[in-house]
Amino acid sequence: MKTLEPILAKHPFFAGLQPHYLELVTGCASNMHFKAGETIFQEGDEAKQFFIIREGTLRLQVFAPGQGEISIQTLESGDVVGWSWLFPPHRWHFTGRATSALRVIALDGQCLYTKCEQDHGLGYEFLKRFSHIMMDRLQATRLQLLDLYKVN
Amino acid sequence: MLLSAEPAVTTTFSSDPMIPRPYEIQRAKWDSSDTFSLELTPVGGGDIPAFEPGQFNMVYVYGVGEIPISISGDPARRDMLIHTTRAVGTVTRAMSELKVGMMLGVRGPYGAPWPVDEARGKDIVIVAGGIGLAPLRPAMYRILAYREHYGRVVLLYGARTPADVLYRKQLEQWRAHFDLDVFVTVDRATNNWRGSIGLVTQLIVRAPFDPLNTMAMVCGPEVMMRFTTLEMEKRGVNSDNIYVSLERNMKCGIGLCGHCQFGREFVCKDGPVFRYSQVRHFLTKWEV
Repeated sequence: MKTLEPILAKHPFFAGLQPHYLELVTGCASNMHFKAGETIFQEGDEAKQFFIIREGTLRLQVFAPGQGEISIQTLESGDVVGWSWLFPPHRWHFTGRATSALRVIALDGQCLYTKCEQDHGLGYEFLKRFSHIMMDRLQATRLQLLDLYKVN
Repeated sequence: MLLSAEPAVTTTFSSDPMIPRPYEIQRAKWDSSDTFSLELTPVGGGDIPAFEPGQFNMVYVYGVGEIPISISGDPARRDMLIHTTRAVGTVTRAMSELKVGMMLGVRGPYGAPWPVDEARGKDIVIVAGGIGLAPLRPAMYRILAYREHYGRVVLLYGARTPADVLYRKQLEQWRAHFDLDVFVTVDRATNNWRGSIGLVTQLIVRAPFDPLNTMAMVCGPEVMMRFTTLEMEKRGVNSDNIYVSLERNMKCGIGLCGHCQFGREFVCKDGPVFRYSQVRHFLTKWEV
């Protein structure tokens, strides 16, 4: 039976992960498809998964009364989406909406969380990788806040 | 002919580099709410001086003042000089109010250009932020004119909002090229924007180029350039192959007055385009 392991193994997020860990992760992975305009996750809902985008784009959005949905970032092929599953209260902070046909690998947060608790080595690998993504997004957010192109 | 002031108009011009040559505005066009382009021809006719992509002119609004502005037109065209700038200071605001038929003084071209010839045989990555696309547009023209001399050509452009995207029609035309990868992103989007939202630096990780055989040319706000070069280096591009265009307080334009001194260099004469490895240590020095 074909598994998602070879696809995950090629993704930079899993680069250097030991084969037995990759096998554990694959056990929590599944393919998902979304149509353009479809909501993948909704702000405030329980965060049970994170996603690796294989093809297509999605937007992270936040709802503001009087303004509707404000798009804050586009994520696309190769990007990892979602860390709310890792931290209590495990709720999505933003809404994710497909802006084109979207193919993702969904990773079951509860399944991974349990495996990480059982094997802290795996947990450490995940935290290292998510810390990197968080640092990149934090730096990007800081630069966005600087509003560099604005006339001073 | 209308004059912005009353300069001594002459059809012969001095070889003195400090004397501006009069140019007439043939077309004035707003590219966004605060950015405009002027198309200029020399008074009395003739070609504009040959220039290299990345060079700038000292542009004089008669009776107001003189400022450096990068040339944003096609270096292959000698019939028209194009400058794009933002109306942000005394001189550029006065410049934005000039009408077709009025005059400006122009000295130049000055400065070190983008290394478009040195980049032959390599992949090219052009990263522009905001109005930083203007000084890079001549490089794009030159590269596209000699497209067969280069590997992959990638343009990454970031603007503040969709309304601030510069040269929109041209970007759309370039995007339609089969041998050109153009990615545009905005920091803040409106709901009708269908394109990418996020920083231009975030486009680098996925951009299709071979980092070991790439020449990168970067122009935008200095903080944006610093973070762009970090991302480039993370991708594996050697800092010797990254070029940035700096902006400093230039007055004479020919390395005499010292206003634009930057470490050992003069931005007007030794730059404005510098190899990143040459200036990286000065970019984070507050005193320089």
